Amino acid sequence: MAENAKLTSAEQIVIKFTGDSGDGMQLIGNQLTALAALDGNDVNSLPDYPSEIRAPAGTVAGISGFQMCLGDHKIYTAGDAPDVLVAFNPAAVKHSSKFVKAGGMIITNSDSFTEKAMEKVGYTSNPLEDGSLNGYDVKAIPMFTLVREALADMDMPNAAKDRCKNFFVMGVLCWLFNKDKQLVLDFIQEKFGPNAKKPKLQVAEANTMAFKAGLNYGETTIMFQERYDLGAAQIEKGLYRNITGNDAAALAIAAAGEKSGLRPFIGSYPITPATDLLHYASEMKDVDLVTMQMEDEIAGICSAIGASCAGALAFTTTSGPGLALKTEAAGMALILEVPLVIVNVQRGGPCTGLPTKTEQSDLLQSMFGRNGDSYLPIIAANSPADCFDATFQAAKIALKYRTPVIVLTDGYIGQGSCPWKVPKMSELEDLTPYVNFWKPEDHPGEKYVSYKRDPETLARDWAIPGTKGCQHRIGTLEKDDTGAVSHDPATHQRMTEYRKAKVDNLAQVLPGVEVNGKESNKVLVISWGGTYGAVKGAVDRLIEEGKPVSGVNLRWVWPFPPNLGEIISRFDKVLVPELNMGQLSLMLRAKFLVDVQSLSKVQGDPFREYEVIDKVNEMLGE
Amino acid sequence: MADTQLTKKYFASDAEVKWCPGCGDFAIMNAVRQGMVAAGKPRDEVAIVSGIGCSSRFPYYMETYGFHTIHGRAAAIASGLKVANPKLDVWVISGDGDSTAIGGNHFIHAIRRNVNLNYVMINNKIYGLTKGQYSPTSEVGQISKTSPYGVIDYPMAPLRVAMGMGATFVARGLDKKMKLSEEICIRGAKHHGFSMMEIFANCVIYNDGAHNKITDKETGDNYLIIVRDGEKMIFGADNQLCLVQDGFAIKAANVADVADADILVHDEKNVEMATLLTAMRPDAGLPLALGIIYANDSKKPYDDLIYEQLAAVKSKRGRSMDDIMREGHTWTV
Repeated sequence: MAENAKLTSAEQIVIKFTGDSGDGMQLIGNQLTALAALDGNDVNSLPDYPSEIRAPAGTVAGISGFQMCLGDHKIYTAGDAPDVLVAFNPAAVKHSSKFVKAGGMIITNSDSFTEKAMEKVGYTSNPLEDGSLNGYDVKAIPMFTLVREALADMDMPNAAKDRCKNFFVMGVLCWLFNKDKQLVLDFIQEKFGPNAKKPKLQVAEANTMAFKAGLNYGETTIMFQERYDLGAAQIEKGLYRNITGNDAAALAIAAAGEKSGLRPFIGSYPITPATDLLHYASEMKDVDLVTMQMEDEIAGICSAIGASCAGALAFTTTSGPGLALKTEAAGMALILEVPLVIVNVQRGGPCTGLPTKTEQSDLLQSMFGRNGDSYLPIIAANSPADCFDATFQAAKIALKYRTPVIVLTDGYIGQGSCPWKVPKMSELEDLTPYVNFWKPEDHPGEKYVSYKRDPETLARDWAIPGTKGCQHRIGTLEKDDTGAVSHDPATHQRMTEYRKAKVDNLAQVLPGVEVNGKESNKVLVISWGGTYGAVKGAVDRLIEEGKPVSGVNLRWVWPFPPNLGEIISRFDKVLVPELNMGQLSLMLRAKFLVDVQSLSKVQGDPFREYEVIDKVNEMLGE
Repeated sequence: MADTQLTKKYFASDAEVKWCPGCGDFAIMNAVRQGMVAAGKPRDEVAIVSGIGCSSRFPYYMETYGFHTIHGRAAAIASGLKVANPKLDVWVISGDGDSTAIGGNHFIHAIRRNVNLNYVMINNKIYGLTKGQYSPTSEVGQISKTSPYGVIDYPMAPLRVAMGMGATFVARGLDKKMKLSEEICIRGAKHHGFSMMEIFANCVIYNDGAHNKITDKETGDNYLIIVRDGEKMIFGADNQLCLVQDGFAIKAANVADVADADILVHDEKNVEMATLLTAMRPDAGLPLALGIIYANDSKKPYDDLIYEQLAAVKSKRGRSMDDIMREGHTWTV
């Protein structure tokens, strides 16, 4: 009975959903994320799905997952081991039960444990009955039976009724985590009700009934002895929405266009896991965002460079293999010295690698993946919401320095979501001062010279086609300061030095990095991009435990922040956890001649906090 | 000369032209300048994009905005440039290697989108800048540095490809026929859509005489036909030959042997006729078609459509950035 279930307060809960790919795991995960966020929790989530669109149903290979962490405090990752696993079929139980925290809860649909389904995944006996899940708090719920009972009066096929099990589970979870049921009811109406984009009234009614049945199930059965209540997290005041990294980057592109007064332009080609960015951007035609889906990755970047040459604010979006194809053209933007932002949502490599899985293994490609001496700035987003700011900043630097800039995100933050404090357009930095096209009226008596440079930034004077009397030729051959082709040895030396100095100079104006913890200590853990969350969480916990550990996060991974070398020198040991075989470690070693230790993980999966904690403890000799 | 007076000279830059003496590109540059005069835009509203190759040095010789880019990608770069500023008169100068080999994908898709570009593909059937390798348009048997025993690849017919991609303007010129090349560039410049202009050029160093069959003073005219809209398709050194229909095909006949009414009249809006005309080859017993083979502006250019769609979505949805950023579930802390 309800009275028997006591309400326990919790600081954070990690929940994982797994089921057949195509069975709505991402949807239910996103719904619970939104529900928790609306209720004031901080949330971080991580979708995890196979690269096949519909892998064979009921097989372990076809399992799609979604993990989330909700808390009453700032949450940096989607969590380590799940406290609660919702596994919708035997394949999901087989796939995911091993991840669950000892003593954690496994909610599953006992109706799906047919002999055939179990045989398909190699269960010789029913794991719900044979004791193989001992040590977990298993809640085997006959979901199909209960949903069909609840929808007995509805004129719809059983298969359609069975699909309502996800909302039934939402009901159970809503009760279990003491969330406001009205938010879910509103959501169902919004999604399927009469005012929805595509109203499906019967689906709305069926899901509402299934959801209520789930709530009642939690309340009236004695299956659950405890409920959990998470307080609202202390987060900055403001208007929030839940956002994925890819959507945040798309918004930043449109916003940077508006704030610069230039037309935002994306030349791109679909590639997982970056495609969602292009999807969302393609909807934003009403804010003048032009998206060109080109014939290949090369055309994606080339159309963007063409647009940039005409004075648009140009972007190209991609993932690892696509970045590889764009290399020559990235070099073109670099030697033409025109602004361009390349958003690279990294995935497992090399080559096709792991299309749907996260990795940070394009850092060295971003650094060195062009012929010649071709340095460009690289900024890494550290959370889904941060993709907005990182992309916006990249646009500013690209404009200011007339250079291509790479934004590194990854599958984890690109597709994961977290609450985002929505800025007002009026609060965003005005980018118009960085546009600064060369116009004859601003330079009376002067003749336009295409590679004359600003003494401070070394950005070249830039006149776009259509500017009266400024017609000139630029190209990818080496040139002198006037833009004329030059193969003169000294000129090539000087121009190469200019291009490098332009990027190096950026370091001088970048904000220094801040140390999380003591300024001088035994171990410094350096995070970049997607490892920020796990490292921040781990370092916070270690500091709480009194360990001599501090952390630093790199936002600009090239050039390095001005104070980084000095900070590193104050620590006995330096650890860099990264989702690659030690790429940043290599760069730090080369730049600062310091014995950086690398914690490598290339499993298509982000770091868990405990992995960082264990490594730090090992380094401390504990 | 007044700066505003649109003449060929007005479009010429001060840079020293570095093509080999006798190169066909000189004549073509002259024709392109004539096309720019016809387009009527001041030179600071003209942009030329080129890739890599001998022909791609072109922008340096033109007093316009010029972009000498990378091998094969000029069509994609020019597409972005034109979309970002449709007011510009945008020309692409490319070669057979640049367009049909490394850049084949961009070339065909720019045609398919019908981006409003003036695309001049100078076809000398050889890689000149890299000093003499065969290209996708080289003939079977052609000797080059990479085909010392003769080319065994079958050649590509760029204009047939263009027709296949739904081109809206297809023309072929020849360096030696300067007036015709000018005519083509003028019409191409005025065409509202992608103007595909293939101009045969002679590479005096690496493929001299590649077009001898059609340029021979005595017999050349027996192997080419200059088509003109609304005119009977008659050709030959003495205008003794003509084209007639032969089932679903076209065949050459002696004017003397056919009824006047049976001689085909060129219709530049007829897509089927153009498809047949672009396929004609002297070695298959048909004259090479020169002139404006197809011109039909019934399809809107991509750059027009993009702005129409932007305007339509704006009037239908009309969201501001602040609106968009606040869509979906939001909550206030």
